[in-house]
Amino acid sequence: MPFIPHTDTDIREMLTTIGAGDIEDLFDEIPKSLRCGELSGVPDGMTEQEINRLMMERAETDGRPLCFMGAGAYDHHIPAAVWQITTRGEFYSAYTPYQAEASQGTLQLIYEFQTMMTGLTALDVSNASLYDGASALAEAVLMAVRANRKSRSRRILVPTTVHPHYRRTTRTIVDNQGIELVEVPYCSEGGNTVPDSLKHFEGEDITAVVIQHPNFFGILEEVDALTDWAHRQGALIIAVANPTSLALLKPPGEWGENGADIACGEGQPLGVPLAAGGPYFGYMCCKQALVRQIPGRIVGRTVDRDNRDGYTLTLQAREQHIRRSKATSNICTNQGLLVTAATIYMSLLGAEGLARVARACHANTLALVKKLTENEYVEPLFNRPCFHETALRFSLPLADVMRPLYAHNLLPGYDLSKDYPELGNALLVCATETRTAADIELYADHLNRVISAQTVAGCPVKPKMA
Amino acid sequence: MSNIPVDLKYAKTHEWARLNKDGSVTVGISDSAQDQLGDMVFVELPEAGQEVVAEEACAVVESVKAASDVYAPISGEVVEVNEALADSPETVNQDAFGAGWIFRLQPAAAADLDGLMDAEAYEAFLATEAH
Repeated sequence: MPFIPHTDTDIREMLTTIGAGDIEDLFDEIPKSLRCGELSGVPDGMTEQEINRLMMERAETDGRPLCFMGAGAYDHHIPAAVWQITTRGEFYSAYTPYQAEASQGTLQLIYEFQTMMTGLTALDVSNASLYDGASALAEAVLMAVRANRKSRSRRILVPTTVHPHYRRTTRTIVDNQGIELVEVPYCSEGGNTVPDSLKHFEGEDITAVVIQHPNFFGILEEVDALTDWAHRQGALIIAVANPTSLALLKPPGEWGENGADIACGEGQPLGVPLAAGGPYFGYMCCKQALVRQIPGRIVGRTVDRDNRDGYTLTLQAREQHIRRSKATSNICTNQGLLVTAATIYMSLLGAEGLARVARACHANTLALVKKLTENEYVEPLFNRPCFHETALRFSLPLADVMRPLYAHNLLPGYDLSKDYPELGNALLVCATETRTAADIELYADHLNRVISAQTVAGCPVKPKMA
Repeated sequence: MSNIPVDLKYAKTHEWARLNKDGSVTVGISDSAQDQLGDMVFVELPEAGQEVVAEEACAVVESVKAASDVYAPISGEVVEVNEALADSPETVNQDAFGAGWIFRLQPAAAADLDGLMDAEAYEAFLATEAH
């Protein structure tokens, strides 16, 4: 189907009507210096056969390594029915169609998604999704600034235990809007944000506090104390939470005495396969009192004139096609297809199934840590409880360990040294429900061999017990 | 337009302003504006104590059709907001010039009201906008 429905004749007629020579003339007000000119780096088009072959070849270079890496995207089992149903013609569109109410099935699905997300987060309302977890946090920060009308400072406290990519994305989006992101350091023993470390902000005007739980290190934060502290300062709480973890952990809506005000995060763990950079999707939920400030769309259930159930887009009046520059965001339902997959995933697993997945992830990660730390050169980095990933400290150069493990077709984890150089040789590891005891055994065997090859007599590296 | 009270002043952005005996000024949107917008579903009020600047947005009226800014007709400090609109925004439709008022401000300079249109000028203005 052609997406530009105008024929050459249509275009000529329109140009003649407005007195323009050609389409280029319409862009003449954009200064030459701002235009990128020829897109010389973009190759010519390819046939379907050619593009298939290219993609297959590229996919093969990735291999299918045994994955012990998390750090924001997680390797979960996805029941075959999820994508079988998601790719049916009735659902197979990225967007909510225009004249949305004509697509009652799509709207009902989004309504069910919202219902499930409010159930997981224990908050009152959910939007229809956002681009990804990182931009969801940026949107949540913008929302908090709009919503907290008692605060004038536009200052947001962001612990460094929040995913480094999320912090970077948020900074990119909010930096030019007069919003100040203040980083809060973590405790080097616990890997968490210590509530007492916020004390010196007391009495200051703070718009919101972000808490990721479990945090980027996989560690559980003291969410009750942090939430109550923020609320006493008149700040809103923005929770960043992995949806799988919400099946086990206390949901954001129940943190502290009054609960988090906004919850957001990455929806990928709910039925979306790992891929280089996505597409994934973000979610966002909030308290009823803030509903007018939530970005994006909300689908509501109503009845038609014959009293039959029907679904409709609500709060659309705040979007960019109506509010222009005053819109609460430019987000609609771009990630609709992934939301479809997530909704089917959650429907198939149910609350009990999701909790079993979460428990299995937790147990496997504990088993992995136990097994790997049997080696004298490896020890847990932090002493606080984790959910389904945690950091390990190596007493020898990490890069030298990881390279041979890659060669064994194994993704050993996420090297923390780039984002947290102060941690030294620190590796973030994760074992989801898809990792078996044999997988963990295999990882430990490879690791032990690699380490012993590098620590032969005379090696200056000292084991941790020395 | 039949319903344009003569004791009020009007802005080009369709707000009305009433000078009260105590020197404060009550602000709402005109009957013509509410008619254009349709059924109100939400009014986002300013905060009491907030400083507002003439011709800058300080409230939002949201109808089934659109969300529109409400601009301060003159500069001043908001001294009271119509909290009743939180639960019954339809009051703006029912009584735009009365119970549907949005906020009351203490003007920085009452003389600023002279810069606004009177009822006759506003009626003429509406006639030009109708084209």
